[in-house]
Amino acid sequence: MKLESGIDVKKVYDQHDLEGWNPDTELGQPGEYPFTRGIHPGMYCDRVWTMRQYTGFGSPKDTNERFKFLIDHGQTGLNVAFDLPSQQCLDSDDPLAEGEVGRVGMAVDSLRDFEVAFDGIPIDKVSVSLTINAPAAIMIAMFLVVAEQKGIPLEKVPGTAQNDILKEYIGRGAWVFDVPGAIKLIGDTIEFCAKVAPRYSPVSVCGYHVRESGATPAQEMAYGFAIAEEYIQNVLDRGLNIDHFAGGFSFNFNVYGNLWEQVAKFRAGRRLWARLLKEKYGSTNPRSQWLRMIAGGGGSGLTWEEPENNIVRGAYYALAGALGGAQTMALCCYDEAYTIPTPKAQLISLRTMQILAEEIGLNNTVDPLAGSYFVESLTNEMEALIKAHMDEVDSWGGMVRAVREGLIQEKVSAQAYDYERRLRTGEEVKIGVNKYVTGEAERQEVQLHPYDEPSVTAKIDELHSLRATRDQAAVDRSLAQLEAAAREGVNLMPILMDTVKTYATVGEISKVLLRVFGPYREPATV
Amino acid sequence: MRRHGERIRVVVAKPGLDGHDKGAKIVARLLRDAGMEVIYTGLHRSIDDIVSIAMQEDADVIGLSILSGAHLPLSKRLLQRLDEEDMRDDVLVLVGGVIPNDDLPKLKEAGVDGVFPVATPFEEIVSFIQEKVE
Repeated sequence: MKLESGIDVKKVYDQHDLEGWNPDTELGQPGEYPFTRGIHPGMYCDRVWTMRQYTGFGSPKDTNERFKFLIDHGQTGLNVAFDLPSQQCLDSDDPLAEGEVGRVGMAVDSLRDFEVAFDGIPIDKVSVSLTINAPAAIMIAMFLVVAEQKGIPLEKVPGTAQNDILKEYIGRGAWVFDVPGAIKLIGDTIEFCAKVAPRYSPVSVCGYHVRESGATPAQEMAYGFAIAEEYIQNVLDRGLNIDHFAGGFSFNFNVYGNLWEQVAKFRAGRRLWARLLKEKYGSTNPRSQWLRMIAGGGGSGLTWEEPENNIVRGAYYALAGALGGAQTMALCCYDEAYTIPTPKAQLISLRTMQILAEEIGLNNTVDPLAGSYFVESLTNEMEALIKAHMDEVDSWGGMVRAVREGLIQEKVSAQAYDYERRLRTGEEVKIGVNKYVTGEAERQEVQLHPYDEPSVTAKIDELHSLRATRDQAAVDRSLAQLEAAAREGVNLMPILMDTVKTYATVGEISKVLLRVFGPYREPATV
Repeated sequence: MRRHGERIRVVVAKPGLDGHDKGAKIVARLLRDAGMEVIYTGLHRSIDDIVSIAMQEDADVIGLSILSGAHLPLSKRLLQRLDEEDMRDDVLVLVGGVIPNDDLPKLKEAGVDGVFPVATPFEEIVSFIQEKVE
């Protein structure tokens, strides 16, 4: 049996597989270096992972209602989905946004929209994750301003932004600015949060989407780390000490495929990240060495065929995430191959996590797989393999270069094709897809989330009335200052906070940044 | 019309803002392995871009890959532009991606030649193209 990452698995493991293995140095206790068993002493026994379903659609008001629905049912964090125009730095009335406003996420044009989306939500207690990348610096600025409006001091604002542009160039494709400017903006958010909003995690590095694009589990971890190293270098070059900012990094990883491979990649990844931070970057603060992560999703593991089976898959993915030591979890809903999830589908995902955490005893003890001949042996092999993939990226001249030349893109898309081919031939078993197929050819009926045209029209009308009523002179002045600051190369976060307060729109701000940083040109490899 | 013996030329296109390109790239590789000449447009292309690429490349097939839900307006716009350029009869128009059941007949009525939602078997796409482009 060969795992997707390429590691052979034997039928039986025994003590000989762990000869010379020292649990004191390889494991330590939970909450102790090298954190193989988890970053906190009590892990989910003390505090269950944050449950954070990805949510957002239509107008900020529609989204606000769904947020409240999920919080009322016991969800403990929010994970904001933005529509494609917002992800691409376009206002709702931009001609390029036509047909896309509010479709796959919430439409955001200005600070006004954040005020509505987070109205009545205690964002100091329910932590908010903004799943946004190209315009992340602008959205973080808006979020911090909303927190200020709610009377929360910046040094106490919790939350996370995805803000990982390198993975957008590899998969998912929501890029706008050229690479140097885009990385500079990320560096600005990290530096600013380290100094001003230290509880805010400005970056969630996404192995997740690289995996979705075709990477193996070992490559997912390796490429995620290689991406993080590029951001670390940007901030180190500004003269900050590693321990001043590395604690602000969080990660987003995927769960689908072989159960043991997922668990081992997380345990191995945690150890490798801690060692990297300590040995390569000289970190002395344990917090900087923590691999904090959201795990789950599993979109590519879910199937269009027999969609109810995805509920079962989601439960196993949640188990893998929990055994792997996730701090936060979100599951793709069973109906996502068809539609934006319905409230019922989202509730099933939430219930799946709650049942795992509180009903069947998962939370009795930390890292129950520690010491297993098989799991520890696989964890060791995974760590070596992740390291080997990172060395390969180094040999290409680092992740930025690998992305700009399309090397990573080409590698993962070739693997994606091969994986798809193996699914078609049945080499990769997928129940209800290539095994135990019932032969029922008709397409499944799934309740669809409707696209609300009147809500879109209202959103555009509101944007026009905002433009007509705001202090245009203040907007213009702010945008001019922003452009000057961007050309000067200073940290843009303070001026972005001032700019969003004038109700300048995401589109207007981004046009200024685009003039300075230039657009990204994709190496369109297949 | 395509001359006998020439390879079928396919433009695989990602229109609009959706950046999910795994499916488009998988189909591009599939068609290439099936002996076709494949031109992949890259992301975020306007319908006008796609039409002019198809024109320059003398394409037999345009395949749109759309996962955002905007398949109806984007497909209609493509068909309209092909009509305006008098290319409609020379190009097979295909759409793939996350397409709800109810939209299948709507796309066909609008004039799309073939719709291949998520989970369509590989051979169905290849044989459809081979049969129609003759």
